[in-house]
Amino acid sequence: MREVNVKLITEKVKELCMEANTNLGEDVLQAFDRAMEKEESPLGIEILKELKENARIAREEKVAICQDTGFAVIFVKLGQDVHLVGGDLREAIFEGVRQGYRDGYLRKSICHPFTRANTGDNTPAIIHTEVVPGEKVKITVAPKGGGSENMSRVTMLTPSDGKEGIKRYVVQRVKESGSNPCPPTIVGVGIGGTFEQAALLAKKSLLRLLGRKNPDPELEKFESEILTEINQLGIGPQGLGGRTTSLAVHILMMPCHIASFPLAVNIQCHAQRHKEAII
Amino acid sequence: MSEPIRLKTPLSDEDVEKLKIGDRVLINGIVYTGRDAAHKRLFDLLKEGKDLPFDIKGQIIYYVGPTPAKPGQVFGSAGPTTSYRMDAYSPSLIERGLKGMIGKGMRSDAVKEAMKKYKAVYFAATGGAGALLAKRVKKAQMVAYEDLGPEAIRRLEVEDLPVIVVNDVRGNDLYIEGEKKFRKG
Repeated sequence: MREVNVKLITEKVKELCMEANTNLGEDVLQAFDRAMEKEESPLGIEILKELKENARIAREEKVAICQDTGFAVIFVKLGQDVHLVGGDLREAIFEGVRQGYRDGYLRKSICHPFTRANTGDNTPAIIHTEVVPGEKVKITVAPKGGGSENMSRVTMLTPSDGKEGIKRYVVQRVKESGSNPCPPTIVGVGIGGTFEQAALLAKKSLLRLLGRKNPDPELEKFESEILTEINQLGIGPQGLGGRTTSLAVHILMMPCHIASFPLAVNIQCHAQRHKEAII
Repeated sequence: MSEPIRLKTPLSDEDVEKLKIGDRVLINGIVYTGRDAAHKRLFDLLKEGKDLPFDIKGQIIYYVGPTPAKPGQVFGSAGPTTSYRMDAYSPSLIERGLKGMIGKGMRSDAVKEAMKKYKAVYFAATGGAGALLAKRVKKAQMVAYEDLGPEAIRRLEVEDLPVIVVNDVRGNDLYIEGEKKFRKG
């Protein structure tokens, strides 16, 4: 049994909220570089250059990459030999978000669904907790903006729709989204599970570093096929025309019910922000 | 690609008539901020025949809700928000002399018609380039609706704010033309 005081978790969450919003991952910058090599639209290339420059300014001056500093989506992998003390885990995480968004000069973007009254401190956070073997606590903070999230969907396909059906749906979704999710996007795809599990798989698939292959060769090939078709749409960076509509398609899949074929598409904008820490 | 065009506000009919879709423009001078809530209030004022809190003739509105400014910063991260939510309100403002709008995403036919009829232009700023765009803001003053926080109307002095012409006065749309040009199969 290892005791961990939740104050440590508050501190880490605060740091990660600020880090994730100001420091874009090296993998994303490299994906921009790869895109620039293939992009045929001169305007598209200028936009990709602007995004790289923006990331540099944000990192050096510790200011938010984008003004939409998002809903704080937090993944916790809690070792089953950890004993949390000093308070409530959920409250400790919320306090970390509160402090991170206050001291990091990040935007408070959470409101009541009906009145639209702002909650004032960017809480509540969304927390996904998994209990795993061991005595560590792994925390991942992945702020998610509203624009790309609004373009995301969950659907229950029919098993006979098959892989072709998935490809058709995903490509159609990207087509209909147009410029709204701030292309170039990363397309998270969740296949299988149940209605809500498919959505969670799609969200988790966005945590994979860009440029890393899917460990399943069949899914790796499928991701590549879907990406090729997406990039033939011509939507391009910021929807102004080009060959780089999406930087990657990431798939996570699990078994599903014999009568079902759940599919979730979670669109992520180019500001793919996630930082993690292990306590 | 050609050099970007430097524009200074306020804009005249001649200024906007010269612009073509795809032109890269650097905006200098005054830009007013406003998005959903502020637009609703401005629209209601126009309906009631009242004056707007600022003279809109020749001006540009930027659809933005920034992060709070850090100490020493003039303005927080300030990329554009999606423009279609302002579509219901824009034609009335264009009719009153609004010459430019900066945002992202396609506008409705009604907005495009108003731009043709009254000579106004729609610019796209790069979504997600919040830090870069913030640096081009040299001064920021509260003008109206402070209670709206990030959605308040502010008067910004900008230097070389980089934008792209998406809709010109002839009814062309870069979102449509761009996709057509690069679509395969």
